[in-house]
Amino acid sequence: MAASQTEALSFFSTTIGKKLIMSITGAILLCFVIVHMLGNLQVFAGQAKLNAYAAFLQSLGGVLWAFRALMLLAVLLHIYTGLTLWFQNRASRPIRYHAFTPTKSTISSRNMMLLGLALGFFVVYHILHLTLGKVHPPFDPADVFTNVVRGFSQPLIAGAYVLAMIFLGLHLYHGVWSMFQSLGLTADRFDRARRGLATLVAVALTAGNISMPVAIFISNMPR
Amino acid sequence: MNFTLRVWRQKDASDPGRMVDHRADGIIPDMSFLEMLDVVNQKLIEKGEEPIAFDHDCREGICGCCGAVVNGTAHGPLPATTLCQLYMRHFRDGDVITIEPWRAKAFPVLRDLCVDRGALDRIMYAGGYITVRTGSAAEANAIPIPKPIADRAMDAAACIGCGACVAACPNASPMLFLSAKVSQYALLPQGQPERELRVKKMVAVAEASGFGACSVHAECEGVCPKNIKLTFISKLNRELIRAHLKS
Ligand code: HEM
Ligand code: FES
Repeated sequence: MAASQTEALSFFSTTIGKKLIMSITGAILLCFVIVHMLGNLQVFAGQAKLNAYAAFLQSLGGVLWAFRALMLLAVLLHIYTGLTLWFQNRASRPIRYHAFTPTKSTISSRNMMLLGLALGFFVVYHILHLTLGKVHPPFDPADVFTNVVRGFSQPLIAGAYVLAMIFLGLHLYHGVWSMFQSLGLTADRFDRARRGLATLVAVALTAGNISMPVAIFISNMPR
Repeated sequence: MNFTLRVWRQKDASDPGRMVDHRADGIIPDMSFLEMLDVVNQKLIEKGEEPIAFDHDCREGICGCCGAVVNGTAHGPLPATTLCQLYMRHFRDGDVITIEPWRAKAFPVLRDLCVDRGALDRIMYAGGYITVRTGSAAEANAIPIPKPIADRAMDAAACIGCGACVAACPNASPMLFLSAKVSQYALLPQGQPERELRVKKMVAVAEASGFGACSVHAECEGVCPKNIKLTFISKLNRELIRAHLKS
């Protein structure tokens, strides 16, 4: 094998390189989603606590914007790379099977694109709702607690959040499992632990996030 | 036993092809799937019709020649089994059995169930060897290799290149095959001199063949007749990252 024979594609043009981008951007988003949930759970500590937390985040100023830029970059890269891979994957089997009986794939793994796109739309809606306050007026930027409670008291809004968090759980049930493989960090003896971790992350994030709209909706139901 | 076969029939590469029903009557339960097809073909020939074309060679599960997607699963419903080692006793009398060729852009159908798996060969030409001067074989024990590493290399080398991983993968990805071939050399001392170049070249050829990416569906692991583990794909990813970091 002479070096001149090499036609090595540059790393990120390979699907392996693209999956590395998926896993790194996915991991960044995952860290965000975890921290975001832990912060928001302060809603159960009451109005003063949550609003103080929101004011603290706002006071970060430049740091907050740097962080937002990083998140935007990660989301865009994740979506762009995901779409690129998805189109290539579709094109690689132009004639489909009459019968397909899955052996090991899951509902999650087969619907990553659908789940991801739904999450993408949800993120836009969520920002319009609780960051910019454009979709369900009235909105008071200084009183996050009231904005949240007012929103989640309405069945359709609470329902949309619950549904989106189920999608997030399904996306991460496969995503966390897959992430380690893309990063090259697996071994047979950790297979079950990896499956367990993915399940734990998915269930914890879904349950933790859903607890907020559900609790707020129930406690504000007209009696 | 009697079956209805719903088989993909396609005259040649340019024929669009279609599913056709054939009867498989008087099948002995201990016949293999391929022997069942032999019986059906004999009857077709006697009627003056074209027999169903399918690939086969050893019929003992070691050559990697045979394979079809049976009832939606590559090599049929039994795990860790090639089609030639699947027996009709695993089906129920009267079953309708769908039989389709491996489907992938990189594996064009030549006729009926026969596909061109040349893409896998081209991946091997790109790096599935070690460059040594031939001559009399070296003494086998001259290079000591720890047993766990030899075993792991052997687990990878068990790949018979049948292409079921590509056929089963929702993305038609060859990563299980590719990772087994890259790993079997990367694990052994003989593979070290060309380790980085090999993985880059084999990946480059695979990427240019029209296959998809690995989404870790694990369908490949589910159908592999030699039980090659998904974790080899993780090793492939490590090998490629390592090769690029070193250069
Ligand atoms: C909260 C937002 C999101 C998080 C936390 C997240 C996380 C992840 C993670 C960890 C992976 C696994 C990466 C790997 O296999 O190495 C992944 C894969 C994927 N994500 Fe997301 N994701 C999010 C949003 C999205 C969105 C908006 C899309 C829409 C396009 C998307 C599409 C995908 C796709 C298609 C894959 C599979 C890639 C493949 O296996 O080829 N994700 N995601
Ligand atoms: S014919 Fe050789 S493996 Fe089936």
